[in-house]
Amino acid sequence: MSIEVRIPTILRPFTKDQKAVVATGATLTALITDLDQQYPGIGDRLLENGALRRFINIYINDEDVRFLGSLEAPIKDGDSVTILPAVAGG
Amino acid sequence: MSLTISRAFVDAIVAQSRAEYPDECCGAILGPAGSGTPTRLLPMINAAHSPTFYEFDPKDLLALYREVDDNDEEIVVIYHSHTETEAYPSRTDIAYAGEPGAHYVLVSSRKEIAPAIEFRSYRIIDGVVTEEEVSITE
Repeated sequence: MSIEVRIPTILRPFTKDQKAVVATGATLTALITDLDQQYPGIGDRLLENGALRRFINIYINDEDVRFLGSLEAPIKDGDSVTILPAVAGG
Repeated sequence: MSLTISRAFVDAIVAQSRAEYPDECCGAILGPAGSGTPTRLLPMINAAHSPTFYEFDPKDLLALYREVDDNDEEIVVIYHSHTETEAYPSRTDIAYAGEPGAHYVLVSSRKEIAPAIEFRSYRIIDGVVTEEEVSITE
């Protein structure tokens, strides 16, 4: 099973500037584990204390994973995952 | 480093900040990929609806990035307003700044300077803020 993962500019230093990479995993947790094995350090930019960082948005196809079970969100072959940092501030 | 932006966009952002006061307003200006030129203004909803915080709605954010990709554009400017403080990036602005290629524009309509408006632009890269000159074209 291979899933296309779109990487935002700010995380491309981890992926050698690739805009999209391929990873595997049946849940978001598994996918992030695989990403971190391929691109060490990227997991830390997505997770904090074992949870999804508040100001990182991850989408499976068109849906925010927060509505799909967050880290437990199921992923199936052919899904596309997009990571975007929140545009936010004070 | 500088930002060149049309008077029409400056006026529109200032008008949006007044219309949404006392909440912060926010939005983006897109331009052709690689051009660095802001050509298409997209006001965004502040999902935080707050006088001290802004956040693009996550669903709108995805739609925005899809548009950027589909139209071969880039995000040239990300803007928001400060309602009571200087038009200078706050600690949270710096912490969450995720677009190293964008100009971060801040407008402030704080009382101390009324009726004047501050309109300033910055690069925020790896936590470092660099103010840049703003050239407004008529």
